[in-house]
Amino acid sequence: MRVIVPLQAVVQGRGGLVLGSLIPCALFYFLQLYIRRDRPSSSASNLPELAPMPRSLSRSLLSPRGSSGPVRLSSRGASVARDDDNPYYVGLKRCAEDPYHHSSNPNGFMQLGLAENWLSLDMIRDWLVGNVKEPLLLDEEGELSIHGLATYQPYDGLMDLKMAVAEFMGQVMQGSVSFHPSQIVLTAGATPAVETLSFCLADPGNAFLVPSPYYPGWDRDIKWRTGIELIPVPCRSTDNFSISIAALELAYNQAKKRGVKVCAVLVSNPSNPVGNLIDRETLYDLLDFVMEKNIHLISDEVFAGSTYGNDRFVSVAEVLDSENFDRRRVHIIYGLSKDLCVPGFRVGVIYSYNENVLAAASKLARFSSISTPTQCLLISILSNTKFITEYLKVNKEQLCDMHALFVDGLKQLGINCASSSGGFYCWADMSMFIQSYNEKGELKLWDKLLNEAKINVTPGSSCHCIEPGWFRCCFTTLTKQDIPIVMERIHRITESN
Amino acid sequence: MVKGAESCVPLSEVATSNTHGEDSAYFAGWKAYDEDPYDAASNPAGVIQMGLAENQVSFDLLEKYLDQHPGASGWGCGISGFRENALFQDYHGLQTFRQEMATFMEQIREGRATFDPERIVLTAGATAANELLTFILADPGDCLLIPTPYYPGFDRDLRWRTGVRIIPVHCSSSNGFQVTLQALEDAYVKAEGMKIRVRGLLLTNPSNPLGTAITRHVLEEVLDFVTQKDIHLISDEIYSGSVFSSDEFVSVAEIVEARGYKDCDRVHIVYSLSKDLGLPGFRVGAIYSYNDRVVTAARRMSSFTLVSSQTQRMLASMLADREFTENYLKTNRERLKNRHDFITEGLKNAGIECLPGNAGLFCWMNLAPLLEEPTKEGELRLWSLIVHEAKLNISPGSSCHCSEAGWFRVCFANMSQQTLEVALRRIKDFMKNMKAKQEK
Repeated sequence: MRVIVPLQAVVQGRGGLVLGSLIPCALFYFLQLYIRRDRPSSSASNLPELAPMPRSLSRSLLSPRGSSGPVRLSSRGASVARDDDNPYYVGLKRCAEDPYHHSSNPNGFMQLGLAENWLSLDMIRDWLVGNVKEPLLLDEEGELSIHGLATYQPYDGLMDLKMAVAEFMGQVMQGSVSFHPSQIVLTAGATPAVETLSFCLADPGNAFLVPSPYYPGWDRDIKWRTGIELIPVPCRSTDNFSISIAALELAYNQAKKRGVKVCAVLVSNPSNPVGNLIDRETLYDLLDFVMEKNIHLISDEVFAGSTYGNDRFVSVAEVLDSENFDRRRVHIIYGLSKDLCVPGFRVGVIYSYNENVLAAASKLARFSSISTPTQCLLISILSNTKFITEYLKVNKEQLCDMHALFVDGLKQLGINCASSSGGFYCWADMSMFIQSYNEKGELKLWDKLLNEAKINVTPGSSCHCIEPGWFRCCFTTLTKQDIPIVMERIHRITESN
Repeated sequence: MVKGAESCVPLSEVATSNTHGEDSAYFAGWKAYDEDPYDAASNPAGVIQMGLAENQVSFDLLEKYLDQHPGASGWGCGISGFRENALFQDYHGLQTFRQEMATFMEQIREGRATFDPERIVLTAGATAANELLTFILADPGDCLLIPTPYYPGFDRDLRWRTGVRIIPVHCSSSNGFQVTLQALEDAYVKAEGMKIRVRGLLLTNPSNPLGTAITRHVLEEVLDFVTQKDIHLISDEIYSGSVFSSDEFVSVAEIVEARGYKDCDRVHIVYSLSKDLGLPGFRVGAIYSYNDRVVTAARRMSSFTLVSSQTQRMLASMLADREFTENYLKTNRERLKNRHDFITEGLKNAGIECLPGNAGLFCWMNLAPLLEEPTKEGELRLWSLIVHEAKLNISPGSSCHCSEAGWFRVCFANMSQQTLEVALRRIKDFMKNMKAKQEK
């Protein structure tokens, strides 16, 4: 990959290169340009005009159909995905496939290998009936059965909930793509979803490329127990913090030089903390990039239903549907905490096109399964598609109003925000109010805002933003009446700076 | 909060690293908010929270929905509680629920031990609790000692993602598979010989698969052993409420208290409502640790495995009903004992001996006399016959790492009486056939 390194120099016009590396560079440019040619134009293009090349040819140069090889699972993921031949589990499985029933299957397997206690469920049921209105877990005969009080259920979620969630995701994406329940693994929140997926894709010491600024929680969720490194790939305010493939390319090669294996690119869309959307063009570029490198793409789309601008949200799933990309390297993280406002219920989703990842993740889901009564409650709410449609619509309107009010309020204080169309926050530029243009100065301002103005906002440095002075300000826990108070408090600090 | 002595028992890299990220401004801001939250009426000078990407702007829509669909708002949360519930994702867990869990654990031990709710960390099931503790107490490549036979799930739960190994402590039928000091020493020495660092000992009490409660004497020896080696002790007590006679169960908590909490910061207990209350689907587990640093690390790490707030609320309500819990525990124990006696009697009539058991949802039966050869292969051949001919799924001792061939775990609490009778009949027939074959 020595080829790509001089590329940067060419882009920056430093020149002075060996001919042998110029030609592959040029080829790379031809490829990039031709790929762009067939798509709606992107504002992010900064490559020189060159003659086109047939796309399928370029595809076969870099990633010949079928022989780019199956994208790798981590060794941990692979060993987890394998079927267990321990008789303990074999027995359980056989029994589940052909279970004894006194009338309908008297010759079936009897399960004496499962340590569950059904003897006293009647007492539990009686208590529930006596104390709780209309419990959802009783079937027509008033038995605690189907929905899993009486027994362990699949660790990766009830099929009914997977179906309801798949349906919900389709509604959130406004019908542009349909999701299949069989490709879903449910977990207790998006936090374990992203960690579990990471365990499947990378081994300790491997890395993910993450366009920054990014969600601070990932530093814990992904790095902590997995031993995976997160490499921030800076985005710039000059292009509204859009993802740059060139920057990804650079970061990839720098990692390679250090001997670090990059396994995936991780993006959030809508972006947290900026709130912008990844456009279709960039999604294609990302897919090309990960295909070329034979790595994974993780798209965290937890705010997909919380958009309000004029731009339409495009999920990576939608792009996959329309193009012939190798889907096995694409994974989506979703959840109900943001779009349905129920973070306490702990519902996260790993949506993958890779059956090995699904096999491993569904096993690992045992460490973070969703409580069955909660699953039942949500099945009930989500099944009411009419309500959900109405809810999503009104939610967007309310988010839009709050966003507008808030951004306007900040503007009046001389604070501009990045252009955003999604999420619960705005990405505000307070760099003119920091005393020294660096992280220290930013944290000083953050400290003042917190301890003097008593406003908790998130400093850009926590999000690995390369430009000091940006702050993520969430407005969705405020009421409209709170906004003037917030502005007044911010003003107190900014006027003294 | 009862404080243990200053901890000298080391924790893992993962537990002591700063990668939990809570020292960052991101979390510091939240803390400031938690300590002084803004409220328009009652605390207008408080910190306004804008560092939390939570959406409350459309809550009224959800509340209206629940108003119109009362069934969905059941489970003890009601409409007024819905908002609180839906937003609650504090890894400290609902205070009332922790309180009730602590009290329930005391009830099971009939007041012989006390539990401080502040030391309880909730997890989505005991599976997660065991894995969490392993991450916290051991580094990849280290090991935990576990007496055999043990729950097959440990091989997966404790090792998969943690990179930690298990070294078995071999127990034998000569003393009813009780743990001996010699066996502990042997295992420890073995680990040393393999240059593997031993970080802790994991006991299941009452034992799965044996169905026996560990005696006070053995617990005392075990506690002395771990203290002497300066390692941790994890006591998995998920079947504590399923001991047929409550006074036959001795929790490590009792021993810790009897010793005046001396050197107790190496002791950690795992509990769950899956077995004792028969609610595995609810995913409710808990870590109880006498070690402050472990409690803190576990709490942070529980972010990966939180219990639904709705479930916490509902179960807090259920466990608070003392009349219900007293009656439940008593009745459940009686039913388990009756079932146990029924099956062991039935097995005896079929010519099968079981290890005398006093707890759990299963019995440990000895089919060694039926083995062609006293090996793992012999046992598995027999197991295969039982599964395919008698069509009974029982668990072979080898999958529990039992060092003696021919033992099997048979569960009896997950079926009706009638089904159990059918199963016993099948076993009897199977034994008859085997005997006939042997005589040929």
